Amino acid sequence: MELVKLTIDKKSVEVEKGTSILNAARKVGIEIPTLCYFNLEGMNIENKPGGCRICVVEVQGRRNLAPACATEVTEGMVVKTNSTRVLNARRTVMELILSDHPFDCLVCPKSGNCELQSLAHRLGIRDIPYQGEQSTYRKDTSPSIIRDVDKCILCRRCEMMCNDIQTVGALSAINRGFMAVVAPAFEMNLEKSPCTYCGQCVAVCPTGALTEVDNTRQVISALADPTKTVIVQTAPAVRAALGEEFGLEPGSLVTGKMVSALRELGFDYVFDTDFAADLTIMEEGSELLDRLTRYLSGDRNVRLPILTSCCPAWVNFFEHNFPELKDVPSTARSPQQMFGSIAKTYFAKKLGIDRNNLVVVSIMPCLAKKYECQRSEFLTDGNPDVDFSLSTRELANFIKLANIDFNSLPESDFDRPLGESTGAAVIFGTTGGVIEAAVRTAYELYTKKPLPRVDFEELRGLEGVRAATVNFDGLELRIGIAHGLGNARQLLEEVRDGKSQYHAIEIMACPGGCIGGGGQPLHHGDASILKARQKALYEEDRNKALRKSHENPYIIQLYEEFLGQPLSEMSHHLLHTQYFDKSTQIVIE
Amino acid sequence: MSQIKSFEDLRKIKEDFGKRIQFREKSFDPSKVVQIKVGFGTSGIASGAKEVMTFLRDELEKRNIEAVVTQTGDMGYSYAEPTIEVKLPGQEPIVFGKVNVRKADEIIERYIKNGELIDGIIPVNYHTI
Amino acid sequence: MAKYRMHLLVCGGTTCRSSESESIRNALEESLERNGLENEVKVVSTGCFGFCDKGPIVKVIPGNTFYIHVKPEDAEEIVKEHVLNGRRVERLLYLEPEKELLATGSKEIGFQKKQIRIALRNCGFIDPENIDEYIARDGYVALCRCLTEYTPQQVIEMIKKSGLRGRGGGGFPTGLKWEITAKVKSDQKYVICNADEGDPGAFMDRSILEGDPHSVIEAMAINGYCTGASKGLVYIRAEYPMAIKRLRIAINQAKEYGLLGKNIFNSGFDFDIELRYGAGAFVCGEETALIHSMEGKRGEPTFKPPFPSEHGFLGKPSNVNNVETYANIPVIINKGPEWFASIGTEKSKGTKVFALAGKINNVGLIEVPMGTTLRDVIFKIGGGIRGGKGFKAVQTGGPSGGCLTTRHLDTPIDYDNLLAAGSMMGSGGMIVMDEDDCMVSIAKFYLGFTVDESCGKCSPCRIGNKRLYEILDKITKGEGTTEDLAKLKNLSEVIKDTSLCGLGQTSPNPVLSTLDNFWDEYVEHVIDKKCRASSCKGLMKYVIDPEACTGCTACARACPVNAISGERKGPHTINQEICIKCGTCMEKCKFNAVLLQ
Repeated sequence: MELVKLTIDKKSVEVEKGTSILNAARKVGIEIPTLCYFNLEGMNIENKPGGCRICVVEVQGRRNLAPACATEVTEGMVVKTNSTRVLNARRTVMELILSDHPFDCLVCPKSGNCELQSLAHRLGIRDIPYQGEQSTYRKDTSPSIIRDVDKCILCRRCEMMCNDIQTVGALSAINRGFMAVVAPAFEMNLEKSPCTYCGQCVAVCPTGALTEVDNTRQVISALADPTKTVIVQTAPAVRAALGEEFGLEPGSLVTGKMVSALRELGFDYVFDTDFAADLTIMEEGSELLDRLTRYLSGDRNVRLPILTSCCPAWVNFFEHNFPELKDVPSTARSPQQMFGSIAKTYFAKKLGIDRNNLVVVSIMPCLAKKYECQRSEFLTDGNPDVDFSLSTRELANFIKLANIDFNSLPESDFDRPLGESTGAAVIFGTTGGVIEAAVRTAYELYTKKPLPRVDFEELRGLEGVRAATVNFDGLELRIGIAHGLGNARQLLEEVRDGKSQYHAIEIMACPGGCIGGGGQPLHHGDASILKARQKALYEEDRNKALRKSHENPYIIQLYEEFLGQPLSEMSHHLLHTQYFDKSTQIVIE
Repeated sequence: MSQIKSFEDLRKIKEDFGKRIQFREKSFDPSKVVQIKVGFGTSGIASGAKEVMTFLRDELEKRNIEAVVTQTGDMGYSYAEPTIEVKLPGQEPIVFGKVNVRKADEIIERYIKNGELIDGIIPVNYHTI
Repeated sequence: MAKYRMHLLVCGGTTCRSSESESIRNALEESLERNGLENEVKVVSTGCFGFCDKGPIVKVIPGNTFYIHVKPEDAEEIVKEHVLNGRRVERLLYLEPEKELLATGSKEIGFQKKQIRIALRNCGFIDPENIDEYIARDGYVALCRCLTEYTPQQVIEMIKKSGLRGRGGGGFPTGLKWEITAKVKSDQKYVICNADEGDPGAFMDRSILEGDPHSVIEAMAINGYCTGASKGLVYIRAEYPMAIKRLRIAINQAKEYGLLGKNIFNSGFDFDIELRYGAGAFVCGEETALIHSMEGKRGEPTFKPPFPSEHGFLGKPSNVNNVETYANIPVIINKGPEWFASIGTEKSKGTKVFALAGKINNVGLIEVPMGTTLRDVIFKIGGGIRGGKGFKAVQTGGPSGGCLTTRHLDTPIDYDNLLAAGSMMGSGGMIVMDEDDCMVSIAKFYLGFTVDESCGKCSPCRIGNKRLYEILDKITKGEGTTEDLAKLKNLSEVIKDTSLCGLGQTSPNPVLSTLDNFWDEYVEHVIDKKCRASSCKGLMKYVIDPEACTGCTACARACPVNAISGERKGPHTINQEICIKCGTCMEKCKFNAVLLQ
């Protein structure tokens, strides 16, 4: 390791060669302000286009100012981060950026959580001397994401996420100069683009240019409607992140408080998507075993590896990009949709009400879920299985709106029957969790023996692509895991080319899985937040009495009373789905 | 066309070319061949060099004047496009500017046939290496 | 038709009206007639000889006698002495200052050597579509010698010794660039020719590619040999169809001759060239943006380092040079680096091609040794200002250069002097302005260009230039304040200091240099609300001259906004508050009483 010595603001510092001025300065406690720079450390997600020019610093001997984020240190470098020249330049650049930004902070959905706003505050900007024309574009609303690119500052983080990390290619910079903006090709609507609604663009947007569609008002109306029974389901990753919105440490598990809050908000039943996650394992695990046994008995028409299908952005991704593989993923619906389907049949029947009078709301770490619940496959006579999907952030805002002091709420438990879940379901919220849950159940169903150990450390972690082999009593089950669609693409290309070594692959669209979902509280580039959330989920799993989906008594009851058995006709009807070729030819109108 | 593999090959082409320029066709008497170059860059073409070139080729043949008309790049006199360079046998080349069909006709009739200079000559004001 | 025995060439004709050439011509013709010589001797008007300060000039053919400072009254003497008696008029001959010798032939006259064509050596001389003509001018000899006589490092040393610097504008030492690329180890390297000429009014590279494509091909192959690249790419604007056509023909011819392809000159060196087309974005002239564009990505620059020499096209080491830079290479090899280095100034060697444009008589392409003064370029080669108007400024370096004034006329042109003067060499655009040009409007014009051509990646360039433009627009409309002047300065300096690439780092130059050199004009616009060049409409007003006004009321009746009042038969006045400056009153007035001030 080669070391480089330099001086920053008269402090000398020694860092590894290749370090940026920004990181070298951090080492001596100098925090140079940044705007476009974004780094999820350890996850290979970095954005440093050197575009905003906020982090410029003075480097002795250099003609012009250097961006601290993109300039590597050199031996003997002398850096000034707060000289008059730097401060004036930084202020002027900020004033320029603000001069092309709408002044509607008070009503902006990002207000209070906006990086541009905090930076303006930090730099003490008190007026904008360079007034002039502002760029105006039309607002683009899709089922999940709203693009209000008047607020775009061209940090290009979304573009980096969409292209480099997710390899979706829905967003890129178009037009030149003052007219430059990040948009889908030909400025078409997001809905017509190959966007998967993973929401990673929203998760990294520093301003209000990319936000989620807010469905809170519809939920409030439904709650206020006396003719409706409104039930809610909460996804596993929500409980590990919601607390952050109320000032709690990242990784605080707030399951009990969340349930209390939802009750206070007026939901008639507070259920858990985890219940449906257990159900998913029953179906998906059975499907895996079914394909595997058929394959082992010599049936070469069986499509292996089987791919998980609980992530709606991932489903969108392969429908757009790998339509030729649409019979490879499991046909099992996502937990959200399984829940909705069971709620509007089994549970509605139990309550003795018409499905049209039962409103199912989901709380999701995800924006693609908003789109998923609108898919036509999941409507019965026009009535959706899941009516509204709110993100973790929307729920937090809703709680604040209802004057609920979240932190002083008592802990309470989910309602029955759709609120009972096992530890296997909890870990659905992190990368590797679904496949671990599936392995726990599949192992026992296949070997008919109890699992010697429940924790599969080999499936855990945060590396983008992971592989592990699990011994099913002599059968070596090869498992692949990918999170982030770019990583998924690698594994999918292998499958397409017939080179995949795996029997089963778990894919999550978002880096980290649902803990890093597009609907989660914003991490602002702090990777430790994702790690804390992941840790919390494994902790909740460990603390559960039941940790294997097939042991969930209410699941057993559901099969007994209603579904019969996994992969039964009834299951197929209610819990499975089909996929469509959505590869599109772009037609310029 | 054979491949060039050495300095000798290059020199041979150079020599052959010199001869070819002089005796482009055997019937030509080198002392009588008029050489005309038409500035055929974008600026020249945009100002009408194509028309001038066609006119010169057709008319010189019709009027029985032994001449070689070739294209060349931009001579640099943008203010006087189209430009042509006329070299009468045994004489210094003369560059004419703002050549249109009428002027080209005049150049043939007066300069090429009679050696009479006409307005619009551009003095060459550079040295080339 | 008469056969003339002699021609008298008079400079000027269409361009050089200021120097009495018309009357000289007339005087000569009259004198010939008086002496009965009109059927033997002919007077001919020519284009500019390129040394107007010695004009008017009369050249006698045959004999190449060259008279300077000729006046109409000299005509008789020239005719009697020279034409009739065959004796030169000694007092009119040019006296070369250094040699104190009488020069007779125009070819020997020193000041005519203001232009030396190295890069343009074959332009307008050979048929660009015939490789044999290029070879007849010693084409591919340099490549042959490099491949058979020198090691790559020896060639690089020659280029370094020649002092050649990048002609695209940056002025980076070419030999050094080659050396850096040569030193990087890689399985594949690329040689790239930047033919994305984008400065408004510039066409140096186009002319070289159209007139002498082989010189670039030869140089790229030499570059490939030196740097260890087997592949050459020419990034050329799709708007240059003729250059593309000629380049394609030339590449094919070179391939047929084996001058491109495998084992060139039996040396074991392989080299091939492909074309890549640009869509005409100015910023793609910046080398990192150019490379991204070639890769099929959005044409926008990235932060350097890493430089393309290390991490270029497809991540491989790539040597990017401009067309004109390449065109110099074969000459350096053939004539030797010492010869090349003998031309030019201490730090800028060789020649530079400029596209002369604007309010100048001889608009066109010129090539002058480095160190030539702006005065020589504008007044000698360029033939001075059109219409005999006064020189005001010259803009060098394209849209990112600065405006230089009379103060700088005697500055020798080279990279460092231009930079020190607040402008830059750029790729070679040179636009001359006369007294009718408003410098605020000129700055606004260039800013308009950069605003259109900014890629939009970094905030100072994207938003800052737009704001600069808006402030300038405000000033030209007469709405500027003194605060705006301070803003212009701060904004320009910050944009220069903080922008990501060369485009933004230089885009405020037209503003800064005009603020420096024409501060008075800005102040006039802002405080006096006056535009001395009468070009800012917003600052002009229509007024009625009370002396000339007859009170016919024609203007008042025609005024669409009723801004004109006055008694019948008495002088009228225009209410400036109401006037919309449509100019109708001026059109209607039969007595020229309405004036634009």
